Amino acid sequence: MEEVKVSKSINIKGLVCPYTFVKAKLAIEEMELGEVLEILLDYEEASRSIPKSMEDHGQKVLKVEKINDTDWQLVIRKEKE
Amino acid sequence: MEFTEDQLQRYSRHIILPEVGGKGQKKLLNAKVFIIGAGGLGCPVGYYLAAAGVGTIGMIDNDTVELSNLQRQIAHSTRTLGMPKIDSAKNTFEALNPDVKVVGIKERISKDNIKDLIKCYDVVVDGSDNFPTRYLVNDACVMLKKPLVSGAILRFEGQVTTILPGDGHCYRCLFEEMPPAGLVPSCQEAGVIGAITGVVGSLQALEVVKLILGKGEVLKNTLLIYDALRTTFRRVKIPKNPDCPVCGSKPTITELQDYDAGYCRL
Ligand SMILES: [Zn+2]
Repeated sequence: MEEVKVSKSINIKGLVCPYTFVKAKLAIEEMELGEVLEILLDYEEASRSIPKSMEDHGQKVLKVEKINDTDWQLVIRKEKE
Repeated sequence: MEFTEDQLQRYSRHIILPEVGGKGQKKLLNAKVFIIGAGGLGCPVGYYLAAAGVGTIGMIDNDTVELSNLQRQIAHSTRTLGMPKIDSAKNTFEALNPDVKVVGIKERISKDNIKDLIKCYDVVVDGSDNFPTRYLVNDACVMLKKPLVSGAILRFEGQVTTILPGDGHCYRCLFEEMPPAGLVPSCQEAGVIGAITGVVGSLQALEVVKLILGKGEVLKNTLLIYDALRTTFRRVKIPKNPDCPVCGSKPTITELQDYDAGYCRL
């Protein structure tokens, strides 16, 4: 994967649906087009639902990775206001 | 303005909608909507707008809560019998959502107060129960260029239309003059099935929300007619009338009038 520069990072560990997506959506809303958001989370369901919802909303999912026993890292580029 | 944790939870189902998001929810919180009437339509409109977090809701009604209202006017209750409807509704809406400020006015709407009352609001909702008020509200909104979401109910039928002055039609483009009193149903004929107020009021509330968000299409140049007995919705095109007496190019109605013709109030 090409190197991407993360513009903003949020940690939503401990949150469950729908607040995982609420926090992720509010974070990306405040960013500029082309900027990249990193999300750290530990709620397994959100590691699947956030990428899907972000794509439904027109954003580009660059990375979904389980980084240790409990946590996931998502990397998403803003492509739509 | 940042959302509080309570607001994130309260509005989470809005925020996750692509058409709303945090930005749309802030628009709702900053919006001011004025509702004419705290009766059959004003109750559900105000209830849903309060739930949606519309920050300021103005409401005018001169009546007190009566037992015969409670079959359809769901913001009031047996406990608020005898209370001014605006106070009863304010209690209900502010209990539902403390983010909402309800400005209640216990007066009858008239040509003398309407412009001052609506001038600071973004959208006007007509939930009145009589033709004189409907024409007065239409004319005032056209003159002040205020978006107006108008609703009406009778028996098992309801109507909704959205008037955007300067853009689409107005109520007088559809019916230039008020029907003579004799053609309007008398009090004995003017029953109304309770739940229709919820259907029509909810449609009005959604028109208001879309206007605030700037999303979707509203009932511009269109009258939506709901027939509850047959469960049908019909859309009727209402072209803007270039010769309309109030919104046409050479208006003949340039001042507000109070119409009083012995109409039955539903
Ligand atoms: Zn007109």
